[in-house]
Amino acid sequence: MEQQILTLVTFFPVIGVALLLLVPRERADTIKAVSLIVSFVTFLFSLLMYVMFDPVANGMQFEINIPWIAAFGIHYHLGIDGISLLLIMLTTILSVIAILSSWTAIKTGVKGYYISMLLLETGMLGVFVSLDLFLFYVFWEAMLVPMYFLIGVWGGPRRIYAAIKFVLFTMFGSLLMLVALLYLFFLYHGYAGEYSFDLLKIYEMPIPLGAQTYMFLAFALAFAIKVPVWPFHTWLPDAHVEAPTAGSVILAGVLLKMGTYGFLRVCLPVFPEATIQFVPLISILALIGIVYGALVAMVQRDVKSLVAFSSVSHLGFVMLGMMALNVQGMEGSVIQMINHGISTGALFLIVGMIYERRHTRLIADFGGLAKSMPVFSTFFMIVALSSIGLPLTNGFVGEFLILLGTFKANSTYAIIAASGVILAACYMLWMLQRVIFGKLTKPENEKLVDLNIRERLVLIPLIVLIFWIGIYPKPFFIRMEPAVKAILSMVHKVDRADVERKEGIHVAQPTCVGTTCTISGGGAGCGK
Amino acid sequence: MLEHAYFIPFYPLIAFLVIIFFTRWKEKLSAGIAISMILLAFVHSVFVLIAMLGRHGHPLELSMPFIEHPALKLELGMWIDGLTAVMLMVVTIVSACVHIYSLGYMHNDPRWSRYFSYLCLFTFSMLGLVIANNFFMIFIFWELVGLTSYLLIGFWFEKKSASDAGKKAFITTRIGDLGFIVGLLILTFYVGTLNYQEVFAKVQSGAISGGLLAAAGIFIFCGAVGKSAQFPLHVWLPDAMEGPTPVSALIHAATMVAAGVYLVARGMTLFAGSATASMVIASIGLITSFMAATIALTQNDIKRVLAYSTVSQLGYMIMALGLYGVDLAHGHHTAGYVAGTFHLMTHAFFKALLFLGAGSVIHAVHTNDINFMGGLSRKMKTTTITFFIASLSIAGIFPLSGFWSKDEIVASTTGHPFFMVVTLLIAFMTAFYMFRLCFLTFTGEPRDKERFDHAHESPKTMTGPLTVLAFLAIFAGWVGLPWLHHGFSSFVYHDVVHHAGPNYVLMIVSTIVAVSGIGLAYAVYYKKAISADALADRFKLLYKISFNKWYIDEIYDAVIIKPLLGFTKVLWWFDANIIDGLVNLMGWLTVKWADLKMWFDKYIIDGIVNGLGYICMAGSWAVKFMQSGSLQFYALMVMAAAIGIMLYRVTSIGFYFYLIGLVIVALLSVLVKMTRSDRVDAEPNIEG
Repeated sequence: MEQQILTLVTFFPVIGVALLLLVPRERADTIKAVSLIVSFVTFLFSLLMYVMFDPVANGMQFEINIPWIAAFGIHYHLGIDGISLLLIMLTTILSVIAILSSWTAIKTGVKGYYISMLLLETGMLGVFVSLDLFLFYVFWEAMLVPMYFLIGVWGGPRRIYAAIKFVLFTMFGSLLMLVALLYLFFLYHGYAGEYSFDLLKIYEMPIPLGAQTYMFLAFALAFAIKVPVWPFHTWLPDAHVEAPTAGSVILAGVLLKMGTYGFLRVCLPVFPEATIQFVPLISILALIGIVYGALVAMVQRDVKSLVAFSSVSHLGFVMLGMMALNVQGMEGSVIQMINHGISTGALFLIVGMIYERRHTRLIADFGGLAKSMPVFSTFFMIVALSSIGLPLTNGFVGEFLILLGTFKANSTYAIIAASGVILAACYMLWMLQRVIFGKLTKPENEKLVDLNIRERLVLIPLIVLIFWIGIYPKPFFIRMEPAVKAILSMVHKVDRADVERKEGIHVAQPTCVGTTCTISGGGAGCGK
Repeated sequence: MLEHAYFIPFYPLIAFLVIIFFTRWKEKLSAGIAISMILLAFVHSVFVLIAMLGRHGHPLELSMPFIEHPALKLELGMWIDGLTAVMLMVVTIVSACVHIYSLGYMHNDPRWSRYFSYLCLFTFSMLGLVIANNFFMIFIFWELVGLTSYLLIGFWFEKKSASDAGKKAFITTRIGDLGFIVGLLILTFYVGTLNYQEVFAKVQSGAISGGLLAAAGIFIFCGAVGKSAQFPLHVWLPDAMEGPTPVSALIHAATMVAAGVYLVARGMTLFAGSATASMVIASIGLITSFMAATIALTQNDIKRVLAYSTVSQLGYMIMALGLYGVDLAHGHHTAGYVAGTFHLMTHAFFKALLFLGAGSVIHAVHTNDINFMGGLSRKMKTTTITFFIASLSIAGIFPLSGFWSKDEIVASTTGHPFFMVVTLLIAFMTAFYMFRLCFLTFTGEPRDKERFDHAHESPKTMTGPLTVLAFLAIFAGWVGLPWLHHGFSSFVYHDVVHHAGPNYVLMIVSTIVAVSGIGLAYAVYYKKAISADALADRFKLLYKISFNKWYIDEIYDAVIIKPLLGFTKVLWWFDANIIDGLVNLMGWLTVKWADLKMWFDKYIIDGIVNGLGYICMAGSWAVKFMQSGSLQFYALMVMAAAIGIMLYRVTSIGFYFYLIGLVIVALLSVLVKMTRSDRVDAEPNIEG
């Protein structure tokens, strides 16, 4: 069981696909039921895995390593640590929710839709469990196909443009990644005398700085597009706006995390010196993303593209925390990945629910919904507040740790990033005001029905998670801590135990701005 | 009971959860649950106060971990000392009064349950803020009170002005909180803890450099500037009056806005560690207090006058605390700390009373504008009496609560003459605008007959709380009588007990100032011996500045909000056209590149292939005329060849002759073709 659990979780949705192929396409209800059950069982398996996971152990767990294409050293090597564990849980939960949320929204091509959803789930899970870079790449690319169909077939009016933009943009990055991957492969052969894509083995290989730089750039570009780091973000609003609700949920909730996960799993540990060299660049891009995303979100007229731009801002926080290269920043970054999946996923669900009723997403078409749909408005408000990082919701925990970690690395960055928190409050509250507050001016909005049981069921788990992480985040931190420390020890090339002590030493020196000058001069190193 | 004081915030929280999940549909029951839970919290607070009195203010701390890191320990805990006990009393008393008052005030509102649940959530957050034992926890509850304030200001969300005001309040205070967060980050990073006592111990041991202390202090103070509506972030508080009046009394007068003052008092050791930070605090307090007082002189909205009065009084407290910090940094213990916290308590009671009284008036005449009031004392006895009591108290008339605490504030400016003069000036203005309000509202002839005729005294649920608060507005200050040796100053103190003792000169001076303020108001608005309009005309510029609130909203709008919104539009254009334009340009270029390649393929590569074929065909077409069947031509050819060979053999240029010959032959053949075109049957047919 220990060995097979990952395979089971990853490929169970494919079994569902096989089942769905047997169901005639007219039997829409059966198709929905089968996919819901399959995704739910997948979730139960992942829950089992969560229980079996040893929270304090170091290293990878549930590892399985068997040759696949032995001639090229390609192995079927799976294994997870705390970070992948949390992301897998997020994926399985969001998949159930996404499938349940499509119940009435998808009316045409039902069979193909649910098959795509399940295939997508396997693709995403595959990325998170792979420890062989070739396997990683296969899943990474395979995932594009179902997503392409989800946007291109079941999307909005500009779906073709959006789908093609999404796929080409991502492909552009991943091809560079492929080149770097092959280079790495041959480099490893030169180093160890055997061919291998095994990530754990590659971790141990020293790479000269020049080569690191090029490969880092290639990998980082692929991941940065996926995150998306400013200025590679323009596919995101299009893809989000055109994708069906469930597609947006998965896209924002999980797909974007592939980029940040890629940084954590590949870029940082494999190219440590290059990472440190690129910290200022990526941090500044992340900062631009935070402020820029928030400002642009402010002028959006479509709720969905507002949420999409808010994602750019939030993912900027994730990248910034990661680039602090210390425990607080990185833990904040990981928890923020989960948070963003929950909060933004929930926001997209909410937008989808209102879209199903009114067939519009323009902010100007709403107003006063708090009166006609009180439950909806309450959920909307809670989710929006979690998205702007109010204490006792998940967003606060992540943002606070990220700011803390960043402050340790560079106080100026932290102060700029903190201003993003205010801008977030501006665009979210303004949007809330225009959508749910005010008078009911439009007659169409007066007879809107409030959320039904299914819709409440879709949102409640996310609301529970919002408060759980906000009030008692400890279980999450315990599980990710060994993994975070392992990555940091590889980046800083020190023992795990020394991570706390050594962290921050490579980080760019704080620059002097006004009063902060005295701070950075004051007592560097008295953080302990 | 003392050990379980942490349970006090949970009473209202329970009420909140029960209302939201179970009794939302039963409005009376919801209100009942809310009120009884608040009363329980009040009773518990009384026990805590008694226990603390028994311990002579000896503090108690309990805590549990929240987020644990080797380098960072975030905890949830409680810290109970004299100040906490007093604040618990203030919050629970005012909250209970407001809850009961709301029964009458909100009686036909469709969203009763929601209203009471919000009030409970607020009380929970405020109590949590008060008992926190560390900066992290105070920050959490700090944000939560901000949230409930947002919800309650925008409670009548159908009104655009209400939801605007809620948003403005939230965002403006969040700007202050940005500073607060940075202050917390500085503390975490350089001090390594956020626990009050651990931070203070480090400060007192001198382990932290002066610059760092100043930075930490000023940044954390930013939070207080936002929440306590101090200049330059005071703009949200007057707008917050869009909320229901009981909410204004509870949140925007007595408790939440006092949280900033509480924070300054709580973190006194930290702030006093730096004379610079303390001076900044004192100056901000003074500026705010002065500015708000001048604005309050001319406003016509009863709630806005009170709002500016609140801002002004909060500035008073902050200034007193700041001056204490300055003095302490120079090694003297002065009255400022006790003055600030003492005024915090007395102000909570009389200001809540003023707001509830104003609510009672608004309830009767359905307008906020004092131009439509007048003569209401004839219809509303209790309201009038209690309102006058509160006004006398805030003006600082012996022997009401306000007199004792304001006296302490004035005393705290000893040694800072400029502060003292301005403080007295503010006291004068306070007395004046409060009595301007009183006279215009309650005395004289009614200026709106119709509204006056419909006016009536409010129900018992509303006048009851007014009476309780009026009692407190008179007597609460007596716990701090300067002759008492075991009064307020020995219960709530910082560092060491400092007992100033009575200062008769100051008492007399401040009484004269207050009485003359009231006298001027009496002359202008009661006796009408001096015309208010003439005064306004005389000081036209000053009047305009005051009436337009120093144009600060307009300045912010022009300097910050408009440019920011403009900038967002520019960025959006940039995103849609430049960045996305580049992406699309890449796509376009790729397509064009592909087109180019297709052209190349079609015309060049394929052209070469076809061209070779054409050349072959054209060549064979030309050559075929040689085989024309004409014997003479063959003979000519043989001759030419023979000559050619001969020439080739004997001369060095033979080759060229041979070549020229060939050309001639080709031309000849063309000639032949021309003349015998009927024999040509196959044209080369090459596709272009």
